[in-house]
Amino acid sequence: MSSFSPGFRGRARSLADRLPPGQYPTEQFPVLSAGPTPQVSTDTWAFTITTETGETHSWTWEEMMDLPQQDTVTDIHCVTRWSKFDTPWRGVPFDAFFEDVETSADFVVAHSYGGYTTNLPLEDLLDGKAWVAHTYDGYPLSPEHGGPARLLVPHLYFWKSAKWVRGLRLTHEDEPGFWETVGYHNYGDPWREQRNWGD
Amino acid sequence: MAMPLAWRRARLDERRPQTATARTLLFTVPGWPGHLPGQHVDVRLTADDGYQAVRSYSLAAPADADRIELGVQAVADGEVSPYLADDLPTGAEVEIRGPLGNWFVWRREQTEPTLLIAGGSGVVPLAAMIRAHREARSTSPFHLLYSVRTPADIWYGEELTDHREPHLDVQVLYTRQAPPGSPRVPGRLTATDLEKPAARLEPTSPVYVCGPTGFVETAGNLLVDLGRDPATIRTERFG
Ligand SMILES: Cc1cc2nc3c(=O)[nH]c(=O)nc-3n(C[C@H](O)[C@H](O)[C@H](O)COP(=O)(O)OP(=O)(O)OC[C@H]3O[C@@H](n4cnc5c(N)ncnc54)[C@H](O)[C@@H]3O)c2cc1C
Repeated sequence: MSSFSPGFRGRARSLADRLPPGQYPTEQFPVLSAGPTPQVSTDTWAFTITTETGETHSWTWEEMMDLPQQDTVTDIHCVTRWSKFDTPWRGVPFDAFFEDVETSADFVVAHSYGGYTTNLPLEDLLDGKAWVAHTYDGYPLSPEHGGPARLLVPHLYFWKSAKWVRGLRLTHEDEPGFWETVGYHNYGDPWREQRNWGD
Repeated sequence: MAMPLAWRRARLDERRPQTATARTLLFTVPGWPGHLPGQHVDVRLTADDGYQAVRSYSLAAPADADRIELGVQAVADGEVSPYLADDLPTGAEVEIRGPLGNWFVWRREQTEPTLLIAGGSGVVPLAAMIRAHREARSTSPFHLLYSVRTPADIWYGEELTDHREPHLDVQVLYTRQAPPGSPRVPGRLTATDLEKPAARLEPTSPVYVCGPTGFVETAGNLLVDLGRDPATIRTERFG
Protein backbone atom coordinates (compact mmCIF):
# COMPACT_ATOMS: atom_id res chain seq x y z
CA MET A 1 0.00 0.00 0.00
CA SER A 2 1.24 3.49 -0.82
CA SER A 3 1.94 5.64 2.20
CA PHE A 4 0.58 8.67 0.35
CA SER A 5 -2.97 9.70 -0.51
CA PRO A 6 -4.83 6.74 1.06
CA GLY A 7 -7.95 5.74 -0.82
CA PHE A 8 -6.94 7.46 -4.07
CA ARG A 9 -7.70 5.20 -7.03
CA GLY A 10 -7.28 7.38 -10.10
CA ARG A 11 -8.51 6.65 -13.60
CA ALA A 12 -7.94 3.87 -16.11
CA ARG A 13 -4.25 3.08 -16.67
CA SER A 14 -4.52 1.97 -20.30
CA LEU A 15 -2.75 4.93 -21.92
CA ALA A 16 0.54 4.47 -20.14
CA ASP A 17 2.74 4.01 -23.23
CA ARG A 18 1.32 7.06 -24.94
CA LEU A 19 1.43 9.48 -22.03
CA PRO A 20 4.74 11.03 -20.99
CA PRO A 21 5.39 10.83 -17.24
CA GLY A 22 3.23 13.08 -15.09
CA GLN A 23 0.74 13.92 -17.86
CA TYR A 24 -2.99 13.21 -18.06
CA PRO A 25 -5.11 12.97 -21.20
CA THR A 26 -7.73 15.59 -22.00
CA GLU A 27 -10.30 15.91 -24.75
CA GLN A 28 -10.36 19.69 -24.35
CA PHE A 29 -7.80 22.13 -25.66
CA PRO A 30 -6.70 24.19 -22.63
CA VAL A 31 -4.68 27.38 -23.05
CA LEU A 32 -1.39 28.48 -21.55
CA SER A 33 -0.14 32.02 -22.18
CA ALA A 34 1.55 34.60 -20.02
CA GLY A 35 -0.62 37.53 -21.05
CA PRO A 36 -3.54 38.61 -23.19
CA THR A 37 -4.03 37.22 -26.68
CA PRO A 38 -2.62 39.39 -29.50
CA GLN A 39 -5.03 39.90 -32.41
CA VAL A 40 -2.94 39.60 -35.57
CA SER A 41 -4.37 40.07 -39.06
CA THR A 42 -3.15 37.95 -41.95
CA ASP A 43 -3.08 41.17 -44.05
CA THR A 44 -0.09 42.45 -42.11
CA TRP A 45 1.33 39.13 -40.95
CA ALA A 46 4.87 38.29 -42.02
CA PHE A 47 7.30 35.58 -41.06
CA THR A 48 11.00 36.46 -41.07
CA ILE A 49 14.09 34.34 -40.61
CA THR A 50 17.16 36.36 -39.61
CA THR A 51 20.46 34.51 -39.88
CA GLU A 52 23.49 34.93 -37.63
CA THR A 53 24.99 37.25 -40.25
CA GLY A 54 21.92 39.48 -40.28
CA GLU A 55 20.57 38.28 -43.59
CA THR A 56 16.76 38.17 -43.65
CA HIS A 57 14.24 36.00 -45.48
CA SER A 58 10.59 37.06 -45.25
CA TRP A 59 7.26 35.63 -46.28
CA THR A 60 3.88 37.36 -46.36
CA TRP A 61 0.79 35.32 -45.53
CA GLU A 62 0.15 34.59 -49.23
CA GLU A 63 3.79 33.64 -49.83
CA MET A 64 3.69 31.31 -46.85
CA MET A 65 0.51 29.70 -48.18
CA ASP A 66 2.29 29.14 -51.54
CA LEU A 67 4.96 27.03 -49.85
CA PRO A 68 4.45 23.25 -49.64
CA GLN A 69 1.72 22.45 -47.12
CA GLN A 70 1.59 19.41 -44.91
CA ASP A 71 -1.11 17.79 -42.80
CA THR A 72 0.01 16.18 -39.60
CA VAL A 73 -1.79 14.38 -36.79
CA THR A 74 0.15 14.35 -33.56
CA ASP A 75 -0.02 14.14 -29.76
CA ILE A 76 0.76 17.35 -27.87
CA HIS A 77 1.95 17.71 -24.28
CA CYS A 78 1.59 20.87 -22.19
CA VAL A 79 3.84 21.52 -19.20
CA THR A 80 0.70 22.26 -17.17
CA ARG A 81 0.20 18.46 -17.39
CA TRP A 82 -2.44 17.87 -20.00
CA SER A 83 -1.78 15.85 -23.13
CA LYS A 84 -4.07 15.77 -26.13
CA PHE A 85 -3.93 12.89 -28.57
CA ASP A 86 -4.30 12.95 -32.36
CA THR A 87 -4.50 16.70 -32.87
CA PRO A 88 -4.91 17.51 -36.60
CA TRP A 89 -2.87 20.42 -37.99
CA ARG A 90 -1.99 21.90 -41.36
CA GLY A 91 1.06 24.04 -41.91
CA VAL A 92 4.41 24.56 -43.60
CA PRO A 93 7.31 22.35 -42.53
CA PHE A 94 10.37 24.32 -41.48
CA ASP A 95 12.41 22.48 -44.11
CA ALA A 96 10.50 24.51 -46.72
CA PHE A 97 11.42 27.83 -45.09
CA PHE A 98 15.05 26.79 -44.76
CA GLU A 99 15.45 25.69 -48.39
CA ASP A 100 17.41 28.85 -49.32
CA VAL A 101 18.72 29.89 -45.92
CA GLU A 102 22.50 29.70 -45.48
CA THR A 103 23.41 29.18 -41.86
CA SER A 104 25.90 27.50 -39.57
CA ALA A 105 24.00 28.46 -36.41
CA ASP A 106 22.97 25.77 -33.94
CA PHE A 107 20.14 27.58 -32.17
CA VAL A 108 17.07 29.66 -32.90
CA VAL A 109 15.06 32.13 -30.90
CA ALA A 110 11.44 32.22 -32.05
CA HIS A 111 9.77 35.64 -31.76
CA SER A 112 6.06 36.21 -31.49
CA TYR A 113 3.61 39.05 -31.93
CA GLY A 114 3.11 40.23 -28.35
CA GLY A 115 6.81 40.03 -27.59
CA TYR A 116 7.22 36.42 -26.45
CA THR A 117 10.24 34.39 -27.30
CA THR A 118 11.33 30.79 -26.96
CA ASN A 119 14.63 29.10 -27.77
CA LEU A 120 15.28 25.80 -29.54
CA PRO A 121 18.14 23.94 -31.14
CA LEU A 122 17.82 24.41 -34.91
CA GLU A 123 17.93 20.66 -35.51
CA ASP A 124 14.68 20.31 -33.55
CA LEU A 125 12.90 22.28 -36.27
CA LEU A 126 14.22 20.40 -39.31
CA ASP A 127 13.71 16.99 -40.94
CA GLY A 128 9.93 17.12 -40.75
CA LYS A 129 9.81 17.57 -36.99
CA ALA A 130 8.26 21.06 -36.86
CA TRP A 131 5.90 23.37 -38.72
CA VAL A 132 4.44 26.84 -38.90
CA ALA A 133 0.84 25.75 -38.35
CA HIS A 134 -2.11 27.86 -39.47
CA THR A 135 -5.01 25.40 -39.49
CA TYR A 136 -6.38 23.26 -36.68
CA ASP A 137 -8.95 20.54 -37.28
CA GLY A 138 -9.84 22.06 -40.65
CA TYR A 139 -10.37 25.61 -39.38
CA PRO A 140 -8.08 28.66 -39.27
CA LEU A 141 -6.17 28.55 -35.99
CA SER A 142 -8.00 30.71 -33.41
CA PRO A 143 -6.16 33.58 -31.70
CA GLU A 144 -6.12 32.01 -28.22
CA HIS A 145 -4.45 28.94 -29.68
CA GLY A 146 -1.85 31.06 -31.45
CA GLY A 147 -3.56 32.08 -34.68
CA PRO A 148 -3.06 33.16 -37.32
CA ALA A 149 0.06 30.98 -37.14
CA ARG A 150 2.13 29.28 -34.46
CA LEU A 151 5.11 27.02 -34.21
CA LEU A 152 4.23 23.34 -33.95
CA VAL A 153 7.06 21.36 -32.34
CA PRO A 154 5.14 18.43 -30.91
CA HIS A 155 8.10 16.45 -29.58
CA LEU A 156 8.77 19.18 -26.98
CA TYR A 157 6.47 20.62 -24.29
CA PHE A 158 3.97 22.85 -25.97
CA TRP A 159 5.27 26.19 -24.69
CA LYS A 160 8.07 25.66 -27.24
CA SER A 161 5.40 25.77 -29.95
CA ALA A 162 5.35 29.57 -29.79
CA LYS A 163 1.98 31.13 -30.54
CA TRP A 164 1.53 34.13 -32.87
CA VAL A 165 4.94 33.47 -34.36
CA ARG A 166 6.50 36.23 -36.46
CA GLY A 167 10.03 35.04 -36.98
CA LEU A 168 13.13 33.15 -36.07
CA ARG A 169 16.54 34.51 -35.22
CA LEU A 170 19.46 32.14 -35.74
CA THR A 171 22.19 32.24 -33.10
CA HIS A 172 25.45 30.48 -32.32
CA GLU A 173 24.78 30.62 -28.58
CA ASP A 174 21.65 29.28 -26.92
CA GLU A 175 19.61 32.24 -25.57
CA PRO A 176 16.83 31.39 -23.10
CA GLY A 177 13.42 32.77 -24.08
CA PHE A 178 10.50 34.11 -22.05
CA TRP A 179 9.29 31.05 -20.11
CA GLU A 180 12.83 29.69 -19.96
CA THR A 181 14.02 32.76 -18.04
CA VAL A 182 11.15 32.54 -15.52
CA GLY A 183 11.81 28.98 -14.51
CA TYR A 184 10.88 26.58 -17.29
CA HIS A 185 13.41 24.05 -18.53
CA ASN A 186 15.71 25.14 -21.35
CA TYR A 187 14.95 22.18 -23.66
CA GLY A 188 11.60 20.75 -22.53
CA ASP A 189 11.49 17.08 -23.50
CA PRO A 190 8.22 15.67 -22.11
CA TRP A 191 9.51 12.08 -22.13
CA ARG A 192 12.37 13.11 -19.82
CA GLU A 193 9.98 15.31 -17.86
CA GLN A 194 12.06 18.45 -18.36
CA ARG A 195 9.56 20.91 -16.92
CA ASN A 196 11.53 23.26 -14.70
CA TRP A 197 15.06 24.37 -14.07
CA GLY A 198 16.90 21.50 -12.51
CA ASP A 199 14.61 18.74 -13.87
CA MET B 1 20.54 28.66 -9.71
CA ALA B 2 19.22 25.32 -10.97
CA MET B 3 17.94 23.60 -7.84
CA PRO B 4 16.50 20.15 -8.33
CA LEU B 5 12.83 20.32 -7.46
CA ALA B 6 12.22 17.64 -4.89
CA TRP B 7 8.92 16.00 -4.10
CA ARG B 8 8.20 16.66 -0.43
CA ARG B 9 5.80 14.97 1.97
CA ALA B 10 2.85 17.19 2.78
CA ARG B 11 0.49 16.33 5.64
CA LEU B 12 -3.07 17.58 5.56
CA ASP B 13 -3.66 19.37 8.88
CA GLU B 14 -7.01 20.94 8.28
CA ARG B 15 -9.78 21.29 5.72
CA ARG B 16 -12.26 24.18 5.69
CA PRO B 17 -15.23 24.68 3.39
CA GLN B 18 -15.16 27.77 1.17
CA THR B 19 -18.31 27.03 -0.85
CA ALA B 20 -20.47 23.95 -1.32
CA THR B 21 -17.79 22.46 -3.59
CA ALA B 22 -14.59 24.33 -2.75
CA ARG B 23 -12.23 23.70 0.15
CA THR B 24 -9.28 25.34 1.79
CA LEU B 25 -6.59 22.77 2.59
CA LEU B 26 -3.82 23.46 5.10
CA PHE B 27 -0.71 21.32 4.85
CA THR B 28 2.56 21.02 6.74
CA VAL B 29 5.48 20.48 4.37
CA PRO B 30 8.73 19.82 6.25
CA GLY B 31 11.60 21.62 4.52
CA TRP B 32 9.34 23.97 2.55
CA PRO B 33 11.65 26.62 1.03
CA GLY B 34 9.11 29.45 1.02
CA HIS B 35 7.39 31.08 -1.96
CA LEU B 36 6.09 34.29 -3.50
CA PRO B 37 2.41 35.21 -3.67
CA GLY B 38 1.00 34.02 -7.00
CA GLN B 39 3.14 30.89 -7.25
CA HIS B 40 1.75 27.37 -7.39
CA VAL B 41 2.71 23.81 -6.50
CA ASP B 42 2.33 20.43 -8.12
CA VAL B 43 0.39 17.92 -6.02
CA ARG B 44 1.01 14.22 -6.62
CA LEU B 45 -1.35 11.44 -5.58
CA THR B 46 -0.39 7.77 -5.59
CA ALA B 47 -2.80 4.83 -5.80
CA ASP B 48 -2.16 1.45 -4.20
CA ASP B 49 -0.84 -0.03 -7.46
CA GLY B 50 1.69 2.80 -7.84
CA TYR B 51 -0.35 4.80 -10.39
CA GLN B 52 0.22 8.53 -9.93
CA ALA B 53 -1.66 11.66 -10.91
CA VAL B 54 -0.34 15.21 -10.68
CA ARG B 55 -2.15 18.56 -10.88
CA SER B 56 -1.16 22.16 -10.19
CA TYR B 57 -2.70 24.22 -7.36
CA SER B 58 -2.01 27.81 -6.46
CA LEU B 59 -0.73 28.82 -3.05
CA ALA B 60 -3.49 30.79 -1.28
CA ALA B 61 -1.39 32.48 1.40
CA PRO B 62 2.08 33.97 1.73
CA ALA B 63 4.92 31.84 3.05
CA ASP B 64 4.50 30.82 6.70
CA ALA B 65 7.43 28.58 7.67
CA ASP B 66 6.54 25.01 6.67
CA ARG B 67 2.79 25.55 6.38
CA ILE B 68 1.05 26.12 3.08
CA GLU B 69 -2.54 26.76 2.13
CA LEU B 70 -4.25 25.59 -1.06
CA GLY B 71 -7.77 26.20 -2.36
CA VAL B 72 -9.35 23.40 -4.36
CA GLN B 73 -12.54 23.58 -6.40
CA ALA B 74 -13.97 20.07 -6.89
CA VAL B 75 -14.53 19.66 -10.64
CA ALA B 76 -17.32 17.19 -11.52
CA ASP B 77 -15.78 13.88 -12.69
CA GLY B 78 -12.31 15.20 -11.99
CA GLU B 79 -9.60 12.69 -11.20
CA VAL B 80 -7.77 14.71 -8.55
CA SER B 81 -9.82 17.68 -7.30
CA PRO B 82 -12.78 15.76 -5.76
CA TYR B 83 -10.33 13.50 -3.91
CA LEU B 84 -8.44 16.48 -2.49
CA ALA B 85 -11.61 18.42 -1.72
CA ASP B 86 -13.44 15.65 0.09
CA ASP B 87 -11.63 12.30 0.42
CA LEU B 88 -8.04 12.84 1.52
CA PRO B 89 -8.19 12.19 5.29
CA THR B 90 -6.74 14.81 7.64
CA GLY B 91 -3.42 13.58 8.97
CA ALA B 92 -2.70 11.73 5.69
CA GLU B 93 0.02 12.78 3.26
CA VAL B 94 0.35 13.67 -0.39
CA GLU B 95 3.48 14.78 -2.24
CA ILE B 96 4.09 18.36 -3.25
CA ARG B 97 6.79 20.10 -5.23
CA GLY B 98 7.45 23.75 -5.79
CA PRO B 99 7.20 26.63 -5.60
CA LEU B 100 6.60 26.95 -9.34
CA GLY B 101 5.97 29.88 -11.67
CA ASN B 102 8.10 33.01 -11.42
CA TRP B 103 5.96 35.17 -13.68
CA PHE B 104 2.51 35.38 -12.09
CA VAL B 105 3.87 36.82 -8.83
CA TRP B 106 3.50 40.00 -6.81
CA ARG B 107 6.48 41.27 -4.85
CA ARG B 108 6.16 43.58 -1.85
CA GLU B 109 8.65 46.01 -3.44
CA GLN B 110 6.02 46.78 -6.09
CA THR B 111 4.43 50.14 -5.36
CA GLU B 112 2.16 50.91 -8.33
CA PRO B 113 -1.62 50.59 -8.02
CA THR B 114 -2.49 47.00 -8.85
CA LEU B 115 -5.61 45.49 -10.37
CA LEU B 116 -6.48 41.87 -9.62
CA ILE B 117 -9.19 40.15 -11.66
CA ALA B 118 -10.49 36.76 -10.56
CA GLY B 119 -12.98 34.40 -12.12
CA GLY B 120 -14.26 31.74 -9.69
CA SER B 121 -11.44 29.64 -8.21
CA GLY B 122 -8.97 31.99 -9.94
CA VAL B 123 -9.20 34.02 -6.73
CA VAL B 124 -6.75 31.65 -5.00
CA PRO B 125 -3.38 33.12 -6.08
CA LEU B 126 -4.86 36.64 -5.90
CA ALA B 127 -5.85 35.97 -2.27
CA ALA B 128 -2.19 35.17 -1.60
CA MET B 129 -1.25 38.56 -3.09
CA ILE B 130 -3.89 40.37 -1.02
CA ARG B 131 -2.71 38.65 2.15
CA ALA B 132 0.93 39.44 1.38
CA HIS B 133 -0.03 43.06 0.68
CA ARG B 134 -1.71 43.18 4.10
CA GLU B 135 1.20 41.51 5.90
CA ALA B 136 3.63 43.95 4.31
CA ARG B 137 1.36 46.89 5.29
CA SER B 138 1.78 47.99 1.72
CA THR B 139 0.20 51.33 0.89
CA SER B 140 0.04 50.62 -2.83
CA PRO B 141 -3.62 50.61 -3.89
CA PHE B 142 -4.97 47.09 -4.54
CA HIS B 143 -8.23 46.55 -6.36
CA LEU B 144 -9.84 43.13 -6.70
CA LEU B 145 -12.59 42.51 -9.24
CA TYR B 146 -14.03 39.13 -8.41
CA SER B 147 -16.48 37.44 -10.74
CA VAL B 148 -18.67 34.71 -9.21
CA ARG B 149 -21.98 33.10 -10.15
CA THR B 150 -23.93 33.80 -6.96
CA PRO B 151 -23.25 35.13 -3.44
CA ALA B 152 -22.85 31.51 -2.27
CA ASP B 153 -19.84 31.09 -4.56
CA ILE B 154 -17.61 33.67 -2.86
CA TRP B 155 -14.41 32.28 -1.36
CA TYR B 156 -12.66 33.85 1.64
CA GLY B 157 -16.01 35.49 2.55
CA GLU B 158 -15.60 38.32 5.01
CA GLU B 159 -11.86 38.48 4.66
CA LEU B 160 -12.50 39.90 1.20
CA THR B 161 -15.93 41.49 1.42
CA ASP B 162 -15.83 42.94 4.95
CA HIS B 163 -12.25 44.02 5.53
CA ARG B 164 -11.01 47.31 7.00
CA GLU B 165 -7.95 47.79 4.87
CA PRO B 166 -7.66 51.32 3.55
CA HIS B 167 -5.60 50.31 0.52
CA LEU B 168 -7.75 47.40 -0.64
CA ASP B 169 -10.90 47.69 -2.73
CA VAL B 170 -12.96 44.60 -3.44
CA GLN B 171 -15.77 44.53 -5.94
CA VAL B 172 -17.77 41.37 -6.54
CA LEU B 173 -19.39 40.92 -9.95
CA TYR B 174 -22.22 38.37 -10.06
CA THR B 175 -22.82 36.51 -13.28
CA ARG B 176 -26.08 34.66 -12.42
CA GLN B 177 -27.65 36.05 -9.30
CA ALA B 178 -26.76 39.14 -7.27
CA PRO B 179 -27.81 39.97 -3.72
CA PRO B 180 -31.05 41.99 -3.48
CA GLY B 181 -30.49 45.66 -4.13
CA SER B 182 -27.32 45.29 -6.20
CA PRO B 183 -27.16 48.06 -8.79
CA ARG B 184 -25.40 45.91 -11.39
CA VAL B 185 -27.50 43.52 -13.44
CA PRO B 186 -26.00 40.00 -13.12
CA GLY B 187 -23.89 39.10 -16.13
CA ARG B 188 -20.45 38.42 -17.39
CA LEU B 189 -17.55 40.82 -17.15
CA THR B 190 -17.91 43.79 -19.55
CA ALA B 191 -15.82 46.78 -20.62
CA THR B 192 -17.98 48.94 -18.33
CA ASP B 193 -16.92 46.88 -15.32
CA LEU B 194 -13.29 47.51 -16.17
CA GLU B 195 -13.36 51.18 -17.15
CA LYS B 196 -13.18 52.71 -13.67
CA PRO B 197 -10.70 50.24 -12.18
CA ALA B 198 -8.47 50.65 -15.23
CA ALA B 199 -8.66 54.44 -15.02
CA ARG B 200 -7.13 54.28 -11.53
CA LEU B 201 -4.01 52.54 -12.78
CA GLU B 202 -0.73 54.01 -13.91
CA PRO B 203 0.53 53.06 -17.37
CA THR B 204 3.00 50.58 -15.88
CA SER B 205 0.62 49.16 -13.26
CA PRO B 206 0.38 45.40 -13.33
CA VAL B 207 -2.94 43.67 -13.87
CA TYR B 208 -3.20 40.05 -12.73
CA VAL B 209 -5.95 37.97 -14.28
CA CYS B 210 -6.71 34.43 -13.15
CA GLY B 211 -9.51 31.97 -13.79
CA PRO B 212 -10.91 29.66 -16.45
CA THR B 213 -9.52 30.21 -19.95
CA GLY B 214 -12.67 31.84 -21.36
CA PHE B 215 -12.76 34.34 -18.52
CA VAL B 216 -9.07 35.19 -18.82
CA GLU B 217 -9.39 35.64 -22.60
CA THR B 218 -12.34 38.00 -22.19
CA ALA B 219 -10.71 40.06 -19.46
CA GLY B 220 -7.39 40.26 -21.33
CA ASN B 221 -9.04 41.39 -24.56
CA LEU B 222 -11.18 44.00 -22.79
CA LEU B 223 -8.14 45.44 -21.03
CA VAL B 224 -6.22 45.71 -24.29
CA ASP B 225 -9.23 47.38 -25.92
CA LEU B 226 -9.21 49.89 -23.05
CA GLY B 227 -5.66 50.76 -24.01
CA ARG B 228 -3.70 48.81 -21.39
CA ASP B 229 -0.24 47.81 -22.54
CA PRO B 230 -0.43 44.01 -23.07
CA ALA B 231 2.99 43.65 -21.43
CA THR B 232 1.51 44.82 -18.10
CA ILE B 233 -1.19 42.10 -18.07
CA ARG B 234 -0.19 38.84 -16.43
CA THR B 235 -2.48 35.88 -16.79
CA GLU B 236 -2.86 32.46 -15.21
CA ARG B 237 -5.31 29.98 -16.71
CA PHE B 238 -6.64 27.13 -14.60
CA GLY B 239 -8.08 24.97 -17.36
C1 LIG C 1 -0.92 26.96 -12.76
C2 LIG C 1 -2.23 26.34 -12.35
C3 LIG C 1 -2.77 26.63 -11.10
C4 LIG C 1 -3.97 26.07 -10.69
N1 LIG C 1 -4.48 26.41 -9.47
C5 LIG C 1 -5.66 25.88 -9.07
C6 LIG C 1 -6.22 26.23 -7.78
O1 LIG C 1 -5.64 27.02 -7.01
N2 LIG C 1 -7.41 25.68 -7.43
C7 LIG C 1 -8.08 24.80 -8.26
O2 LIG C 1 -9.16 24.31 -7.86
N3 LIG C 1 -7.56 24.46 -9.47
C8 LIG C 1 -6.38 24.96 -9.89
N4 LIG C 1 -5.85 24.60 -11.11
C9 LIG C 1 -6.55 23.56 -11.91
C10 LIG C 1 -6.10 22.16 -11.43
O3 LIG C 1 -4.73 21.98 -11.75
C11 LIG C 1 -6.87 21.01 -12.10
O4 LIG C 1 -6.88 21.19 -13.49
C12 LIG C 1 -8.30 20.91 -11.62
O5 LIG C 1 -8.33 20.70 -10.20
C13 LIG C 1 -9.03 19.73 -12.29
O6 LIG C 1 -8.30 18.52 -12.06
P1 LIG C 1 -9.08 17.14 -11.93
O7 LIG C 1 -8.08 16.06 -11.87
O8 LIG C 1 -10.06 17.19 -10.81
O9 LIG C 1 -9.93 17.07 -13.26
P2 LIG C 1 -9.53 16.26 -14.59
O10 LIG C 1 -9.68 14.81 -14.32
O11 LIG C 1 -8.23 16.74 -15.06
O12 LIG C 1 -10.64 16.78 -15.57
C14 LIG C 1 -12.02 16.40 -15.40
C15 LIG C 1 -12.92 17.23 -16.29
O13 LIG C 1 -12.93 18.58 -15.82
C16 LIG C 1 -12.43 19.45 -16.82
N5 LIG C 1 -11.57 20.41 -16.13
C17 LIG C 1 -10.25 20.32 -15.88
N6 LIG C 1 -9.80 21.38 -15.22
C18 LIG C 1 -10.86 22.16 -15.00
C19 LIG C 1 -11.03 23.41 -14.35
N7 LIG C 1 -9.99 24.08 -13.79
N8 LIG C 1 -12.27 23.93 -14.31
C20 LIG C 1 -13.31 23.29 -14.87
N9 LIG C 1 -13.21 22.11 -15.53
C21 LIG C 1 -12.00 21.56 -15.59
C22 LIG C 1 -11.62 18.59 -17.73
O14 LIG C 1 -11.50 19.13 -19.01
C23 LIG C 1 -12.42 17.31 -17.72
O15 LIG C 1 -13.52 17.38 -18.57
C24 LIG C 1 -4.66 25.17 -11.54
C25 LIG C 1 -4.11 24.87 -12.80
C26 LIG C 1 -2.93 25.45 -13.21
C27 LIG C 1 -2.38 25.12 -14.58
